[in-house]
Amino acid sequence: MSNKSNAKAYWKENIRYVLILMAVWFIVSYGAGIIFKDALNEIRLGGFKLGFWFAQQGSMYVFIILIFVYVRLMNKLDKKYGYDE
Amino acid sequence: MTNSILLAESMNVQTWTYILVGVTFTIYIGIAIWSRAGSTKEFYVAGGGVSPLANGMATAADWMSAASFISMAGIISFVGYDGAVYLMGWTGGYVLLALLLAPYLRKFGKFTVPDFIGDRYYSNTARLVGVICALLVSFTYVAGQMRGVGLVFSRFLEVDINTGVIIGMLIVLFYAVLGGMKGITYTQVAQYCVLIFAFMVPAIFISIQMTGNPIPQLGFGSELADGSGTYLLDKLDGLSTDLGFAEYTEGLKSMIDVFAITLALMVGTAGLPHVIVRFFTVKRVKDARKSAGIALLLIVILYTTAPAVSVFARTNMIETVSNQPYANVPEWFKKWETTGLITFTDKNNDGLIQYVADKTKNELVVDNDIMVLANPEIAQLPNWVIALVAAGALAAALSTAAGLLLVISASVSHDLIKKMINPKISEKGELVAARLSAVVAVAVAGYFGINPPGFVAATVALAFGLAAASFFPAIILGIFYKKMNKEGAIAGMVVGILSMLFYMTKFKFGWFGGGTKADWWFGISPEGFGTVAMILNFIVSIVIMKFTPDPPQDVQDIVENIRIPSGAGEATH
Repeated sequence: MSNKSNAKAYWKENIRYVLILMAVWFIVSYGAGIIFKDALNEIRLGGFKLGFWFAQQGSMYVFIILIFVYVRLMNKLDKKYGYDE
Repeated sequence: MTNSILLAESMNVQTWTYILVGVTFTIYIGIAIWSRAGSTKEFYVAGGGVSPLANGMATAADWMSAASFISMAGIISFVGYDGAVYLMGWTGGYVLLALLLAPYLRKFGKFTVPDFIGDRYYSNTARLVGVICALLVSFTYVAGQMRGVGLVFSRFLEVDINTGVIIGMLIVLFYAVLGGMKGITYTQVAQYCVLIFAFMVPAIFISIQMTGNPIPQLGFGSELADGSGTYLLDKLDGLSTDLGFAEYTEGLKSMIDVFAITLALMVGTAGLPHVIVRFFTVKRVKDARKSAGIALLLIVILYTTAPAVSVFARTNMIETVSNQPYANVPEWFKKWETTGLITFTDKNNDGLIQYVADKTKNELVVDNDIMVLANPEIAQLPNWVIALVAAGALAAALSTAAGLLLVISASVSHDLIKKMINPKISEKGELVAARLSAVVAVAVAGYFGINPPGFVAATVALAFGLAAASFFPAIILGIFYKKMNKEGAIAGMVVGILSMLFYMTKFKFGWFGGGTKADWWFGISPEGFGTVAMILNFIVSIVIMKFTPDPPQDVQDIVENIRIPSGAGEATH
């Protein structure tokens, strides 16, 4: 594969990862924590109403997981395309 | 042995505060001397060889300001669910940073954010717009930090608030001017340890006290320790509605406004120059991604504890003061009254404290800023814990102030002097200029700390709005849209900033005819308008780009190059 098409393929896969992870980012914070908060509040998690919990706890835990998943995916991708160092 | 225990118990809060603040300040100064900067590269980006863990810790301390440490839990305790805008807004931005910005900016390998704007958009006009934004954002932010320092000094060491600001200025001056980014980075690592310890210890104590669960994040969703079988949050919802407030877990803001504010804060976080510049200090692109993750993990430890603290503090406060005789209030109440941050007016002259939502009947006003600081006293924790909170608040304020001062000095010495006014300046001359601008910046920040403009609270929101409206779209388009040209980017940034300034001054200061909540566009508050201004920036940039020439080939090659992680090398001029 030429340098240029290698870079192109790498970029395409990167964008795909980013889009998927950003979708999760949006669903958890803006979806569960804001838009569907009232519906989720009908469900209880111990003393927490679920929508409230997502808004003040859960979304933040998911943010951390998202970044570390991206770190792992990209480290693998870098290796696959020979960009790791 | 017995003597020392007695001594420890009898030592008052002030003595403890002097000891803890003295010890931590000595550590900061010691680190600054050990890690002073010898070159511009060390001054701007700590030599570019900081490990991801150290950079993560430094980023976390840099990011968590007096607002995070002192004000946030207090604000949440008064607004309940609505406080989620700060919790999600100030953490979700790190996902944007790690996925969309940090790796590419590190690969680009320059010293400052205006550097990127100026080079990517091959234009000194773009660079100048970037410098103005960076200065505007950083100055509005730093004044609030100095104020936080003054507040802690005046309450816990009982010195004049202005003396407190000046002491804080001298400390920051010492290690920012001497150490530059290198000194700041390693002091911030120490400051992170101090501030997180100081925040967690009282939270854990109180969580055990109230719910028997040592983990605050779980504690505030648990049953009360009194054996009643009631969940803490249900009890607080009940207390709140009894006094006429909204249910704690529901909140009052409209959904669209919560949405807009959260997004403006997230995007603003990702566009703040003092945060972005931290990712220039690591060695490789993969380190930039990783250190964003570590930074967020370390930040979230505090951010998930804060809403628990809010619930504990709110419940404790209502139970301690509501309908209690004023004559019997505890000592902390009187002490905070003398600072003017708690005020009580006995409107119906019954000698009892009525704390209710109805403004005509309410007799107690408690400032947001004291909930965290007073919380250990309200819960009657030992004196050393109370003093620890003071040391932690100072660590939070100083670390952020130092990071901001560095952005200001780099914008002046590197972007303005080296890149625009006198490109022939020597390495040594630039370093002198950097140090001098840091001195001037500290003096200006101190002035605003002593004479705070009445709009400090408004300007913090403005700082995020401006960052969201200017840098974020320009950087994103610069990386992900190869054809974006200078005409589009400059027009977008200018429109973004001006619309943000217009909306903020209209609704906060009453300019351009002013207006009330009913006049907000789409029901979006000035705090959330950064989202609208950001969208405007994107639209204007893309439309203008369509009618103007493509960027030169070498710039398009740069864009292709930053998308590849390998060969980041060292940051260069």
